[in-house]
Amino acid sequence: MTARIQARIAGREAWALHGWWTAHKYLILRRLTQLGVLALFLSGPLAGVWIAKGTLAASLTFDALPLTDPFVVLQSLAARHWPETTALTGVAIVAGFYLVFGGRTFCAWVCPVNPVTDLAAWMRRRLGVEKGFSMRRETRWLVALAVLAAAAATGTVAWEMINPVTLIYRAALFGTLAGLAVVVAVFVFDLVVARDGWCGHVCPIGTAYALIGKATLLRVSARGRARCDDCLDCFAVCPESHVIAPALRGRDGAGPVIASGDCTACGRCVDVCPERVFAFTHRFDTRVDAAVPPPPPAAGRSAPAALEKA
Amino acid sequence: MSEQTRRDTMKLAAVAAAAAAAGVTLPEAAEAQVARGDGIRWDKGVCRFCGTGCGVLVGVKGGRVVATQGDPDAPVNRGLNCIKGYFLSKIMYGEDRLTRPLLRMKNGRYDKAGEFTPISWDQAFSIMAEKWKAALKKSGPSAVGMFGSGQWTVWEGYAAAKLYKAGFRSNNLDPNARHCMASAVAGFMRTFGIDEPMGCYDDLEHADGFVLWGANMAEMHPILWSRLTDRRLTHDGCEVHVLSTFEHRSFELADNGMIFVPQTDLAILNYIANYIIQNGAVNRDFVSKHVAFAHTVEDIGYGLRPGHPLEVAAKNASHKAGKDGAVDPAGMRDITFEQYKEQVAKYTLDYTAKLSGVEPDKLLKLAKLYADPRKKVVSYWTMGFNQHARGTWVNNLVYNIHLLTGKISEPGNGPFSLTGQPSACGTAREVGTFSHRLPADMVVTSPAHRAVAEKIWQLPEGTIPGTIGYHAVLQNRMLKDGKLNAYWVQCTNNMQTAPNMNGEGFPGYRNPDNFIVVSDPYPTVTALSADLILPTAMWMEKEGAYGNAERRGQFWRQQVKAPGEARSDLWQTIEFSKYFKVEEVWPEELIAKKPEVRGKTLYDVLYANGTVNRFPLDDLQQGFDNDESRAFGFYVQKGLFEEYAAFGRGKAHDLAPFDLYHKARGLRWPVVDGKETLWRFREGYDPYVKAGEGVKFYGKPDGRARVIFCPYEPAAESPDKEYDMWLCTGRVLEHWHSGSMTRRVPELHRSYPTAQLFMHPDDAMQRGLRRGQSVKVITRRGEVITRVETRGRNKMPPGLVFIPFFDEGQLVNKLTLDATCPISKETDFKKAACKVVPI
Amino acid sequence: MVMSTETDRKTPTRRRFVQATLRTAAGAGACGLGLALFAAQSRSLPADALRPPGALPEPQFLSACVRCGLCVRACPYDTLTLADLAAGPAAGTPFFRARQIPCEMCEDIPCVKTCPTGALDKSLTDIGAARMGVAVIVSRDTCLNLQGLRCDVCYRVCPVIDQAITLEQTHNRRTGKHAVFEPVVHPDACTGCGKCEKSCVLTDAAIKVLPLGLAAGRQDEHYRRGWEEKRKAGRELVPGLIDLPDRLPEAKP
Repeated sequence: MTARIQARIAGREAWALHGWWTAHKYLILRRLTQLGVLALFLSGPLAGVWIAKGTLAASLTFDALPLTDPFVVLQSLAARHWPETTALTGVAIVAGFYLVFGGRTFCAWVCPVNPVTDLAAWMRRRLGVEKGFSMRRETRWLVALAVLAAAAATGTVAWEMINPVTLIYRAALFGTLAGLAVVVAVFVFDLVVARDGWCGHVCPIGTAYALIGKATLLRVSARGRARCDDCLDCFAVCPESHVIAPALRGRDGAGPVIASGDCTACGRCVDVCPERVFAFTHRFDTRVDAAVPPPPPAAGRSAPAALEKA
Repeated sequence: MSEQTRRDTMKLAAVAAAAAAAGVTLPEAAEAQVARGDGIRWDKGVCRFCGTGCGVLVGVKGGRVVATQGDPDAPVNRGLNCIKGYFLSKIMYGEDRLTRPLLRMKNGRYDKAGEFTPISWDQAFSIMAEKWKAALKKSGPSAVGMFGSGQWTVWEGYAAAKLYKAGFRSNNLDPNARHCMASAVAGFMRTFGIDEPMGCYDDLEHADGFVLWGANMAEMHPILWSRLTDRRLTHDGCEVHVLSTFEHRSFELADNGMIFVPQTDLAILNYIANYIIQNGAVNRDFVSKHVAFAHTVEDIGYGLRPGHPLEVAAKNASHKAGKDGAVDPAGMRDITFEQYKEQVAKYTLDYTAKLSGVEPDKLLKLAKLYADPRKKVVSYWTMGFNQHARGTWVNNLVYNIHLLTGKISEPGNGPFSLTGQPSACGTAREVGTFSHRLPADMVVTSPAHRAVAEKIWQLPEGTIPGTIGYHAVLQNRMLKDGKLNAYWVQCTNNMQTAPNMNGEGFPGYRNPDNFIVVSDPYPTVTALSADLILPTAMWMEKEGAYGNAERRGQFWRQQVKAPGEARSDLWQTIEFSKYFKVEEVWPEELIAKKPEVRGKTLYDVLYANGTVNRFPLDDLQQGFDNDESRAFGFYVQKGLFEEYAAFGRGKAHDLAPFDLYHKARGLRWPVVDGKETLWRFREGYDPYVKAGEGVKFYGKPDGRARVIFCPYEPAAESPDKEYDMWLCTGRVLEHWHSGSMTRRVPELHRSYPTAQLFMHPDDAMQRGLRRGQSVKVITRRGEVITRVETRGRNKMPPGLVFIPFFDEGQLVNKLTLDATCPISKETDFKKAACKVVPI
Repeated sequence: MVMSTETDRKTPTRRRFVQATLRTAAGAGACGLGLALFAAQSRSLPADALRPPGALPEPQFLSACVRCGLCVRACPYDTLTLADLAAGPAAGTPFFRARQIPCEMCEDIPCVKTCPTGALDKSLTDIGAARMGVAVIVSRDTCLNLQGLRCDVCYRVCPVIDQAITLEQTHNRRTGKHAVFEPVVHPDACTGCGKCEKSCVLTDAAIKVLPLGLAAGRQDEHYRRGWEEKRKAGRELVPGLIDLPDRLPEAKP
């Protein structure tokens, strides 16, 4: 299995069969979204067009819409400060939004660390770095608890000092560039120490969104699992690959919807699957496609011979 | 350094280091020698800024002024300085010092619309001479003019006066002191017949009461204020009364602070005179012996252009004199004491309090101070009085009070006009740089005075014209009207500081008929408005002399070289005279009276005249530069000074011999028999008052000073429905005048970077303005963008705003009105109507 | 020995699980401890860093501020900046250095208005009541006014002039005829805006605004100032006490 993953370049087949756009659609849309959100904040300092002020920790859009990161407020509470209504309203809006649009959607679509760790993962694949240090799933919960404990012990919103998510924003928006050292550390950690280590196993912000993600409406479904030919491209690209198996394999009567809150709804599996197994849907969608042959390649495109199935 | 002294120095340094390590203080002599080891040469100087005249020591090393210190033994300041004086060592070293003459050129030729291009001094003087000759040929001497300065050294002003009044035969020479001191001058002349204060700063240590009339000494004369404060602290019963149109820093010390409606100081002064008379406080003996009474000409207009409705309406406006029964606005008629009493009787406490807005009990307290025969009182004033549409009158009115009570010309008693420039007295007033004056208080309109000047200057009779030249404000008007075509500005930033810049100054300078030359060390607003900029040596880059407000003349030697090709105003003026042959500027009939001048240059006639050039270079102090003397081959400063001193010696303006000033920490004239004069007009103090005379106001032929009745008349422009606020302009401690020096000191710039509009919080609120907000101040003449300040040093009454004028980023004189006192021709920068709107 | 026996009895899978869990927990714990130590170290504010107006006392501020930078955005004078990770105030928190850009004391206090968490206390509505720090003459031997010169730049630039800073006048014994104008800061009126420190003309400012915790002394409860207590009460605290007249020689007629 490992050998096959290494031999293949994930997504190349989907590109060949369905065209470049189909094989990269969600990746591109995500990058655009990530940049777009940053642009909403940057337009003020750069061009004087003030749309969103603040950072991802707390912001004010059009001087009217307050948004607050839930985990930040959680820390503040742990540090025994009861925030003002504005901050709480901001949490409610953010939590409500992600309850509908997938908890860790934040991680894949908004968080500026995502491109960094994605790059680390891509380089890992390209350089063939060994999986390395294996971290347990529970790590993230323990880290989150430890962070809250640190907040309680020191009475400060401690994580925000080293939170790479907001450090990147602060660096871009307020010029506090030294903070980027943490981001570099995260990159090195993911590249050298642990595959998909930071976002999936450490970052307490992601953990908080994963908690919301457990109940969220927006989901990815392995609706076409019957077509799966075990190419494993989805496993190769998925930053939280453990979430795929239950839905894809359907063991123990599991439904096609990826139920884990860990899923970041990044849509990369949707992109790279040559058999078009995955699709975005809502959590109550139980539809499973009948076992039919995969759809023919897009009209007008012929698959390169080298990539024809053996 | 010889081997011996070097070894000594090293030894002493080692001793000092060891002593310092051991915590031992060395005896003074040894320390002084170590101090000299730092290679700094210290010499005597005087502060470049205001008229206080603080003595400083200037430290030079490597051809650069590296440090200054207040002279610990200087009588005025005893080693202290204000914050501007603290930074004296930095004023010459702004990054944008001008080092080459710059002419507006296009395609290699002078062009009024061209770009500033470096040229040589010879090219600069050649084009100047061409323009001057063309103007003289076209319209005669009235077409050339010059604007000078109370910051000129004594000899710079004197050389310029000679060049214009004798050389070009034009009285169109006026100093910036016109904006600053002219009302004081006119006041002195009218009341005493002789210029400048009778008292001195020593009054500060003798008075029981001080009254500040439109003077914010706390900020504008900081060192004198320090002395005044000390007197208030250490002398029981000492009172300080402060009058102004807004609450400024001097109110902090005030026992009686009074905010009056602008212009009503006229009424308050008359009220005090009335109180003194009504309460029997007139010093009858003094008045009967030394005082005569007069009534001024009334309804004299506001010195605006003749077509202005206010001038048309005024019966005795300046331009109407002699027509339709109108009389000279400066005139007065003799009256009796009874008639005077009748005139001031109208100014009751009730009437004055209502008019001025000052609480009656405060006015009463003030009047009582003046009336109390046991209290010695000094009145101080500066621009609140002088920059006043009735500036001459208010000067006269304050003298009235001191004359009625006899509180004058003795230690601790006297009226004292403070000056804002280092040599407003010593240069602008004394050497005759005003458009109506000659040296030593003489005037161009007097044939006798002209004859004296022509004799001393060895000129044919009739050389000096007898008509008064264009004064400062008139110069700008004439430039605009194209009647003044060749114009030289030295040592002042008059584009920024003259009133109504949009209406008069700028159109005047840029009038295509005119050629404007500006000499300045820095590219000021004025320099950049010129056609030719001449780079000027400043302060310690030349040998100089200033005369401060207490008649104290102070000299300094040239300490360092000016940068690049910069040359002093003195050199420029004299060098320029070489470009004119007598035949080119004087009519044939004048030359005929003294044929030997034929073929000579103005330089030969005015400066190489056998008197000015009589002191050889050997007289120069060894070890010091003197670039002008080296250039001309004789001790220029000494020659000019000694010729000039001849005007005053024996005429109550006696100056000491030149060399003595280099040895003394300033001398107060008249210097007679090797002694300074502290109090004039009083026997024992003043050598011109004979034994047994007691007091004699010898400036007047009858020996009597005049108490002159002057009524209250309204300001030229008052707030109305549309322009609903009074606008007052002025200074702050950190910056001096237009800021051309202080704004180039980074620390001073940081301490007060931009001008602000001081405003009452309620006025701001009514206009929806917040503190710090950008606003437009608008008058009928222009608008300026600034920020609102409702807190801080100046507390404004409702209805009046104040804005300082130092900031060239906020040209406040686009707002001001060019209304002047019709007698002194000094602008009223303190009163205009404005509105303030948010941007 | 007992432990090893017990361990031996456990299945290898279970042993691995327990080991891994312990390792993870230890890692997370170490991570939390490290963070706590780092946070604890950054808890003290450097002496030259001042918090925006209305900032809660430093410990509470650090628990409340989410480092969003909204106050920085609201500041019209670019006074406020966010702390970087390097040495200084806690990373991401807003502060200003008076010597660089002081607080201009906006009447509407926009930084406080925009704070979403209450780290800047909205009960501050009068900027004059702000206490960002307190000015202190830190160098009496270089302060120009104390040498008798007439600088008083700090005094004149003070937005709360004559209350927060006054000039105390004394006789200059050296010159014999001048007064010394000593700038005296009154902490009860000083907002800590920093205009004085910014404007001090010396290369190293003689007046500096220090955080309250560093500069403010406290009057102890066990001793009261009699004259102040009497003024506050508006009467003698113990009423009705009497004073007998003194016996003096009779005035001779």
